[in-house]
Amino acid sequence: MQTEHLLRQIADIVGTTHVSNSTVDRITHSFDATQRQCLPDVVVHPGSVEEISRIVRLANAERIPVLPRGAGSGFTGGSLPVRGGIVLVLTRMNRILEIDTDNLIAVVEPGVVTGHLQKEVEQLGLFYPPDPASKDFSTLGGNIAECAGGPRCVKYGVTRDYVLGLEVVTPTGAIIHTGGRTMKNVVGYDLTRLFVGSEGTLGIVTRITLRLLPKPEARKTMLVAFESIDGAAQSVSAIIRGKIIPTTLEFMDGSAIDCVRKATTLDLPLACRAVLIIEVDGDRALLDDQAEKILAIIRPLGVLETRVAETAEESEAIWKIRRSVSPSLRNLNPHKFNEDIVVPRSRVPEMIRALEGIASRYGVPIVNFGHAGDGNIHVNVMVDLHQPGMEDKAHQALYEIFRTTVDLGGSVSGEHGIGTAKAPYIGMELDQATLAVMRTIKQALDPNNIMNPGKIFPEEVPAATTGTIAP
Amino acid sequence: MAEQKPLEQYSDELAQCVRCGACQAHCPVYLETGHEGSVARGKIVLAAAVLTGEVGLDERLRQEIGLCLLCGSCVAKCPNHVPTDAIIGAFRRKIAAEQGLSPIGKGVAALTGSKPLLKTLLKGAELLSPLLFKKIPKTSGLRLRFAPAVLKERSLPPIPERSLFARVPEFLQGEETKPIVGVFAGCALTYLYPQVGEILVRLPNSLGFSVFFPKTQGCCGMPALSSGNGTLINTLADANIEAFRTQNVASILTACASCHGMLAGHYAEKAGNPFGAALIDVHVFLAEQGLVDRLAALPRWRQRIKVTYHDPCHLRTAGITRQPRDLLRALPQVDFIEMEDAGLCCGLGGTFTATHPELSRAIGDRKLTGLASSGAEMIASGCPGCILQLQDIVDRAGLPIKAVHTLELIQQALSEPPQ
Repeated sequence: MQTEHLLRQIADIVGTTHVSNSTVDRITHSFDATQRQCLPDVVVHPGSVEEISRIVRLANAERIPVLPRGAGSGFTGGSLPVRGGIVLVLTRMNRILEIDTDNLIAVVEPGVVTGHLQKEVEQLGLFYPPDPASKDFSTLGGNIAECAGGPRCVKYGVTRDYVLGLEVVTPTGAIIHTGGRTMKNVVGYDLTRLFVGSEGTLGIVTRITLRLLPKPEARKTMLVAFESIDGAAQSVSAIIRGKIIPTTLEFMDGSAIDCVRKATTLDLPLACRAVLIIEVDGDRALLDDQAEKILAIIRPLGVLETRVAETAEESEAIWKIRRSVSPSLRNLNPHKFNEDIVVPRSRVPEMIRALEGIASRYGVPIVNFGHAGDGNIHVNVMVDLHQPGMEDKAHQALYEIFRTTVDLGGSVSGEHGIGTAKAPYIGMELDQATLAVMRTIKQALDPNNIMNPGKIFPEEVPAATTGTIAP
Repeated sequence: MAEQKPLEQYSDELAQCVRCGACQAHCPVYLETGHEGSVARGKIVLAAAVLTGEVGLDERLRQEIGLCLLCGSCVAKCPNHVPTDAIIGAFRRKIAAEQGLSPIGKGVAALTGSKPLLKTLLKGAELLSPLLFKKIPKTSGLRLRFAPAVLKERSLPPIPERSLFARVPEFLQGEETKPIVGVFAGCALTYLYPQVGEILVRLPNSLGFSVFFPKTQGCCGMPALSSGNGTLINTLADANIEAFRTQNVASILTACASCHGMLAGHYAEKAGNPFGAALIDVHVFLAEQGLVDRLAALPRWRQRIKVTYHDPCHLRTAGITRQPRDLLRALPQVDFIEMEDAGLCCGLGGTFTATHPELSRAIGDRKLTGLASSGAEMIASGCPGCILQLQDIVDRAGLPIKAVHTLELIQQALSEPPQ
């Protein structure tokens, strides 16, 4: 179909002010946080589920790709229009429809920013735990598409653990309803879980029913400096073995500490080669006891220094150290391959040692930090792509990283998703039969492959034989 | 002032943006529109696309580049410190240089504009409140903020008869041992709120400083920056730098956040600090001079006012948030209440309110929830532009709240007997 004709038909649905095919709008919707760019043909800001359904029907009839987009802050290309088509930006659908304090439920539209919902429910003494680093700008629709995680997941679980029900526009334009408003519900297949983490390839989420918790009364933050990563990693296992699940158990390895040290003044002993940031939450009366128990467990494991925040400001100062890692990475090298592998908690020390080996073998700095408590490591391969051959080298290093991850019983993505960035590696983790089931589901729901095409599934060439990637 | 850097020389800064999207959480315009082109990341991608020739300076592009308050919030919060405000300044200068100034931009250009243009502007001025406009020079950014279309439906303070220049001498002698401080008042404190400007001049003098308030100073140039008029920015900057040259001032005080942002930030962008004297916001100066302790030592009033504080973007992004609050908390006649979203932009944004009145109001109205629930009777701030806008916001909402400059409350504490 001609773009002009398509534009007119979409304008009939959403109104002329909410659709554009200007070069400017196409450019401003051509990217996400992967820094890749692919131009869409049309950008639409729909206002209701009915509008979305009609646009999808039109697109399905005309075989035009449809790309749902929230904040466009994904790290794996989930919202990139790799085959052009219609970008459906859901930021207009940003209403919190209901906060039910009797049943601890919130009903929201997909364009609501996660941090905004958190603020609203916390004012009512409630709590929505998933806290991706992007929570102040990423949307709940996007969080559901990617099944976002965050530091608090150690104790509270990830996005999927809080989604009770969804309204979804399927790739053929049908409006369906999954799950409901109750914790217990075993009627039919659990389609809610199928859609959470489906990266916008199976449909467009237009309404979300979320489970809330009572807000913990207080929290306590501690920073523990270790002389080695082994001590820090052993501490993680020891804490969990001690039957304590902290709210967060974040770690920074030696290279991450070096980065922060170069960028800012860091008040840590020079001998410190690893840091754990441990937070516990719950009833105020129990927190001191919990913190003391944790410190007693880890004290024999090479602890150089312990800092327990007594005030909100001191807690903030500790978190500031963790948050300053990402921005300081650029001082190492201009380009970053930001991976989010996850291994069973007990394998974290092995994984870190393997990463150190890979870094020295390829001569590329690898900075590691992240959610040690659930084995989710943010691996940052820092390179200068202007150097000849560096891209190949980086991909070879990444290949080895993913290989080791899978060998240790882990997964190539804990919370960022597959998108385009990790599609070549999916075959390392999923066997052919499993992948075939996933493809069957995709085909059944999206016979014309219009819904966010070119994502998740490797195209044609199996991962291990892709030219630049295999060693 | 040295020539400003053209957009073409910003490619390194453009490459600094990793498209993470963090700016979305802090952009007052994006929070209203939800459009990627409104926010820093989108504009940076557009700037890069203009430099590669992927897109021209078409109307849609000019619209998107127009949608920026130059508040600097995105810059302050950017993990990679991308100087989006400077990039937008360069972008607008490029658009103005290649396509001419917008109607609003032409208004700003009165000083260096052609004679016929000057005449047109004078005609425009006749339509306005003569009281206001006879006193305001054609070079002042205020003329744009109070163009007839903007004046409609807006609360305005009563316009004072005498401007600040008529109220205070150019030089006030202080103690021999204390240095001379300069005062840069800016248009709003000179013409619209001269009573506040007067405090800015006299208070340092009462602390023993000699004060130099050169009458040859003019508009800081923020509206010229906003409309992309590079020539006018230079002319105004040169005049202001020259104005302070005749006295050896240790520092130059401002009580307008936008003037501070312009003089301390944008003038320095390429030329370093051309004044050769530190530019200090008056709150920071007074806190340094021990005024917090002095105010706290005064007997508490029995009848106190509940006061909250609004962070002007150009102070907040310069990291000046503590000193105004410390001063307010110390005031004997004030019960200070922190309000929610104190750091949200008021939406005035220099000429933004003239170019996008509805959006400007919508951005400002986001302050209402926090303001209303704070229970404050007064809202203090450190920028006359914000004060003007805040009064308009509360008046339209029918809230019985008065917007004041922090200096007015300080002056009251120092001069009035306890009540």
